[in-house]
Amino acid sequence: MNPNTARVTIGGVTSQVVETVDRQPAAARQTRYPEPVRRRRGGRVVAGVAGGVADHLGVDVFWVRAVFAALTALNGVGIVAYGLLWLFVPQRDAAEPERASGSSKERQQALGLVALGIGAAVFSGLLAGPVSGWIVGPLAVALVGAAVVWREADEAQRRRWRDGAKSGLLGSGRSALWRILAGVALVAIGIGVLLVNSYGIDQLRFALLAVVATLGGVAVLTVPLWIKLINDLGEERRVRIRTEERAEIAAHLHDSVLQTLALIQKQSENPREVKRLARGQERQLREWLYGRNVEDNNQPTTLSAAIAKASGEVEDHFALTVQQVVVGDCELDPNLLALVQAAREAMVNAAKHAGVAEISVYGEVEPERVTVFVRDRGKGFDPDTVPEDRHGLADSIRGRMDRHGGEVRLRTTPGEGTEVQLYMPLHMPRSGNGSGKIGSGK
Amino acid sequence: MTGRETPVRVFLVDDHALFRAGVRAELDSITDEVDVVGEAGSVAEAVVGINHVRPDVVLLDVHMPDGGGAEVLRQVRTSLPEVVFLALSVSDAAEDVIAVIRAGARGYVTKTISSQELVRAVVRVSEGDAVFSPRLAGFVLDAFADRPGAAPISDPELDLLTPRERDVLRLLARGYAYKEIASELFISVKTVETHVSSVLRKTQLSNRYELSRWASDRRLV
Repeated sequence: MNPNTARVTIGGVTSQVVETVDRQPAAARQTRYPEPVRRRRGGRVVAGVAGGVADHLGVDVFWVRAVFAALTALNGVGIVAYGLLWLFVPQRDAAEPERASGSSKERQQALGLVALGIGAAVFSGLLAGPVSGWIVGPLAVALVGAAVVWREADEAQRRRWRDGAKSGLLGSGRSALWRILAGVALVAIGIGVLLVNSYGIDQLRFALLAVVATLGGVAVLTVPLWIKLINDLGEERRVRIRTEERAEIAAHLHDSVLQTLALIQKQSENPREVKRLARGQERQLREWLYGRNVEDNNQPTTLSAAIAKASGEVEDHFALTVQQVVVGDCELDPNLLALVQAAREAMVNAAKHAGVAEISVYGEVEPERVTVFVRDRGKGFDPDTVPEDRHGLADSIRGRMDRHGGEVRLRTTPGEGTEVQLYMPLHMPRSGNGSGKIGSGK
Repeated sequence: MTGRETPVRVFLVDDHALFRAGVRAELDSITDEVDVVGEAGSVAEAVVGINHVRPDVVLLDVHMPDGGGAEVLRQVRTSLPEVVFLALSVSDAAEDVIAVIRAGARGYVTKTISSQELVRAVVRVSEGDAVFSPRLAGFVLDAFADRPGAAPISDPELDLLTPRERDVLRLLARGYAYKEIASELFISVKTVETHVSSVLRKTQLSNRYELSRWASDRRLV
């Protein structure tokens, strides 16, 4: 779904233009101004703030962390500063190159500094007076909780960048939810203990009630606002998806259709080749516009897609038209795959020997069996006079069908064409409630 | 079916001028059985043009901006019931084609058809027959397939194909010509044409609900 990948193959000039347009903002940031502070993504211990500052100042990250730890000892200034920087300094873009991340030793060192800083803060708080002892403890708990939640938000953002808009607000996965809940619990406990200690249970109950009532009131009052916000978000997302899809189509047209047209102009004196190119392109475009029954690895998963693919290959190889109609559809299984291969062999035979410009292929999925007819209006032949050394019909078609429990019938008259009829019993339930589809073709 | 004394007057409706020019040149050059008397590139133009020219046959593109071929049919068919429409499409989407057939077109051929076959198809619909390409036969078979678990059909008389009609359609979809179908089924060509025409009528009359459900099953709408 990434439009960039599809654009790069044709016309060096154009694709370069596209690339520069895409990269321009990043390039401008890097050249015109000194690099702003960006929190690190890798090698971080809490949120990458210290690393980012170190990158910005061009000093070793150890010293920055040491300064934060030392400041923490001064009534927790370091923690406040760290928190503020965390809030206001954006994280590095995922696309930007990352400096080599820290070793495990550096990490240990950093964790030591964090512990040291917190210890110093608690100690200095205890020293400052008897009051702050029971303030600092719960406060520290609340801070740890907030750190957990914030960090999770960073993670969620990173996931969103990575996965596109697929994941929701909080990212995916149960562990993320648990981490957030744990963080929230820590914050609540910290603040709760603090409040209980300061004011006592009764006042707290009243305050809690007031807070809940207020929050409820605000929630109700702002319902229209929320709905509008959600709708706007959905609308925006839809528009973006559509734009992306259009860009993809444009890229595809640009890529293969223009290329084919150019080839056709060059080969204009060779009608056979022109027809082959045009047909191949037409089929590709149809498949691309209408058919989505193909997995990522380009292997068809349904009967109609498989027959369409086989027909297309024969069209390409032998420069003729395969008129192909499939009624109903079902998932491929080994038996049906053999059927498709046998049908393909029949098409190849017709293309090679019948001397025609068009072959008809008709497939039908019935509740208890699948039938495929491959027909041409060509020379036809007498089955009894086929030389013994010809294996096409005997092995590739009849043998294959026999091995998979199918059946072959042949109708051919010299001068009137040939029809190979392939029957394969169907054991499995049909896919879905009529998910059939007419395969692409003419 | 004897030779016609006056050529069939044909009106072309297609939003691609290049395609119109091509069809017109081919039809004019290969035969004097048909005579292109007008063309239009949009629904509005087509409605005005057809009302003015009153052709015998309209070659109607399925896919057009603002409504497509079905819209032209809706606007013209009641006022000019004698004009015959033949859908001529590059479309792969069954619901487009079926929609035009249901709106009253007398047949459907694909744009890859050869000029001779197109002339034959035009002459045949002008004489009152229905013309099916293998693809349309496939679409119709698919539309009428009695699938397990399908919703009950409100009017079975109207909605089901007889086994014989189904056989005819299958052979059509397999690429048989009418003559070949006739000899395969031991019936006359006239009977084949009757079957095909009655399939067409059923397609036009079959209830909307079934067809729209069929289309939405395939995520076509």
